[in-house]
Amino acid sequence: MSKSSNIDAYRRKFLLGVAGTATAVTVAPGLLLRQAGAKAPSEEISDKNRWGMLIDVDRLPNGGQGVVDACKKEHGWGDEAHSNDQQKAHWVRTVHVKEKLTEHEFDLPVMCQHCETAPCADVCPTGASFRREDGVVLVDKHICIGCRYCMMACPYKARSLVHEALFDQKAHSPRGKGTVESCTMCVHRIDVGRLPACVEASNGAIIFGDLNDKNSEISQALKARGGKQIRADLGLNTGVRYQGI
Amino acid sequence: MFGKVHNIFVTIALLGLTTLLLTGCGDTPPEPRLETAKAKAEQCVEPTDVMRKDHMEFILHERDETMYEGIRSSKHSFKGCINCHIPAADAQGKPVNYLTADHDLNPEHFCATCHAYVGVKLNCFDCHSDNPEGAAPADSTHANVNGNGGVAHE
Repeated sequence: MSKSSNIDAYRRKFLLGVAGTATAVTVAPGLLLRQAGAKAPSEEISDKNRWGMLIDVDRLPNGGQGVVDACKKEHGWGDEAHSNDQQKAHWVRTVHVKEKLTEHEFDLPVMCQHCETAPCADVCPTGASFRREDGVVLVDKHICIGCRYCMMACPYKARSLVHEALFDQKAHSPRGKGTVESCTMCVHRIDVGRLPACVEASNGAIIFGDLNDKNSEISQALKARGGKQIRADLGLNTGVRYQGI
Repeated sequence: MFGKVHNIFVTIALLGLTTLLLTGCGDTPPEPRLETAKAKAEQCVEPTDVMRKDHMEFILHERDETMYEGIRSSKHSFKGCINCHIPAADAQGKPVNYLTADHDLNPEHFCATCHAYVGVKLNCFDCHSDNPEGAAPADSTHANVNGNGGVAHE
């Protein structure tokens, strides 16, 4: 059952790819833009959207410790009793940066940057690491074998492996021993039209939205004030951008 | 002649074995605990015979659709199964977990009833919640048990 639906998805994607070049020219650009936006829970995701986040570091107190706590609460990570500090889950962490020359210091929250060309998905031997059509990079824990290649490939140290058996996980955020995990951009929320937990906790310092929609708040903010990628030199075209770094 | 005697022994041994196997069939399968779900709905998402045979197919199908296509409608969702079939708390007000504190299958848990009988191990609950959302608070004895079978931490 599932196999055939996957094949159908591949066929559809291929056909859309072939037809896409033709339609993009013929359809007025305004029409395409209006299609972008939140979807109904029963609706399939599509590459019309590319979800992204813009983080204004200057407006986040304590380097974003508040959003880290909100993420912990939402997904239930961080209480691994038998793991040491190197093993503990870190879906998002605050990083302190000091530039040697100018001595300018700041903190920023770092999580999965949801790269367009995600190195984790590239190296995954089972296909468990993948990028959804709407740009969210995820781990399919059903087929993750816990090899941790993705953790080594990720330039942002965004991923962690669960080292111990877990109980009482959140119903919306399954996590378990022997699988790799990272920020999911709260897909369980955005699939039903809600904002990610960190965005809700950020008092407006993090803007979530559709990077493909030129009229969205995030695109307008990026256009007006710009936004940096961490390690932009890698050319990964990240979905998470920063201001004030 | 020697072969004939040998054959008789083989026949007797086979008869004995068949009798043994047949006596083992006396056990009737356990009745799944349906009272929790029946209190919420008259009928499951599919007819009972279909659910008995194909419930895994539905869960697997929904799993891939949700994971890759972001479809979160509730009809065949795993969360839906748990929310409907597992009681929020047992008579003592504790959550009904798939495993007991001793790592045995908990016969009170809807999934465990049949899966213990047929000896098919489930690893759904290694990651997924085995309780309905918003159920009784976590049982502290259970939360401190690690997966290797021993209580490793208090």
